Amino acid sequence: MNSFKRGFFDGLPIGLGYLAVSFSFGILAVKSGLSAWQATLISMLNVTSAGQFAGLTIMISGGSLLEIIISQFVINLRYSLMSISMSQHIDKSMTLPKKLFFGEFHTDEIFAVGMGHKEKLGSKYFWGVIIAPYFGWALGTFLGGVCGEILPAIITSALGVALYGMFIAIVVPPMKHSWKITIVVFIAIAMSLAFKYVPFINKISSGFAIIICAVVASLLGAIFFPVEDKEENKA
Amino acid sequence: MNWLIFLKYVLVMALVTYLVRVVPYICMKKEVKSKFFKSFLAYVPYTVLAAMTIPSILFATDNIWSAAIGLIVGIIVAFFERGLLVVAVSSCAAVLVVELLQRFVF
Repeated sequence: MNSFKRGFFDGLPIGLGYLAVSFSFGILAVKSGLSAWQATLISMLNVTSAGQFAGLTIMISGGSLLEIIISQFVINLRYSLMSISMSQHIDKSMTLPKKLFFGEFHTDEIFAVGMGHKEKLGSKYFWGVIIAPYFGWALGTFLGGVCGEILPAIITSALGVALYGMFIAIVVPPMKHSWKITIVVFIAIAMSLAFKYVPFINKISSGFAIIICAVVASLLGAIFFPVEDKEENKA
Repeated sequence: MNWLIFLKYVLVMALVTYLVRVVPYICMKKEVKSKFFKSFLAYVPYTVLAAMTIPSILFATDNIWSAAIGLIVGIIVAFFERGLLVVAVSSCAAVLVVELLQRFVF
């Protein structure tokens, strides 16, 4: 299979998953007072999950642009870490203009499938892998915005876990194969729970909390359980 | 929402998100050799997603019980490596079933 096709088939399940998740975003956006087109434009320009949900909340409450900047920076800072990882995993065909273009499509899931490949990735792979997720994300938002009103509340409630379902699908399988990842993930979860429930530190915004959890847990992992080169793709 | 106000928000949002993604991507020219930094980067996606999921997933539905079952079902299906879509759909379906039971049985 050529790398465009392989990318496309990697992206297909992501795109279908995004369709469900962005559907719930579309519903929420229209319920909050945006038009379906506005909701779709947010999805087309941002291609983020958590960031968009947070941005929407600020928009409808009439928050300041500074709030938007800080929230997006903090919540999406994880993409910086992923982009650094990805920059180590691409071949010579990824020239500067291509990086400037494909960088926009670094999402949690595209990153995860890309890093799952042993060999370095080229621009053909990226062309393939972004198609279904990008259009799934935009189309799902639009459909959610248009048909959200007619769906019963019990369906929209169920769709609320779609995003997290995708995250679980990425995190759990490698934990089966590597005790190191398992420990590091549990450290991150324990910290995340502390940021939610322990008095005083639970005042920290959830975006910051995620960054702190991820950086501290990954640092502890790097110090105490460094990964061998051959393990790297698994971890 | 008024388009003018909306566009101001959405363009700022998109620009910040774009820069956060692309600046580190184009600035890292050399290959990272350090085993420490490589290990750190390898752990990042899993720790980020784990911290994003727990405990937030528990508050993503109508009530904490349906969400908890959705979480457990998601973990079980993911354990058998069924892929993104199957895990997400199973998790949603579990929530739906629990909420239907709550409404009509209990």
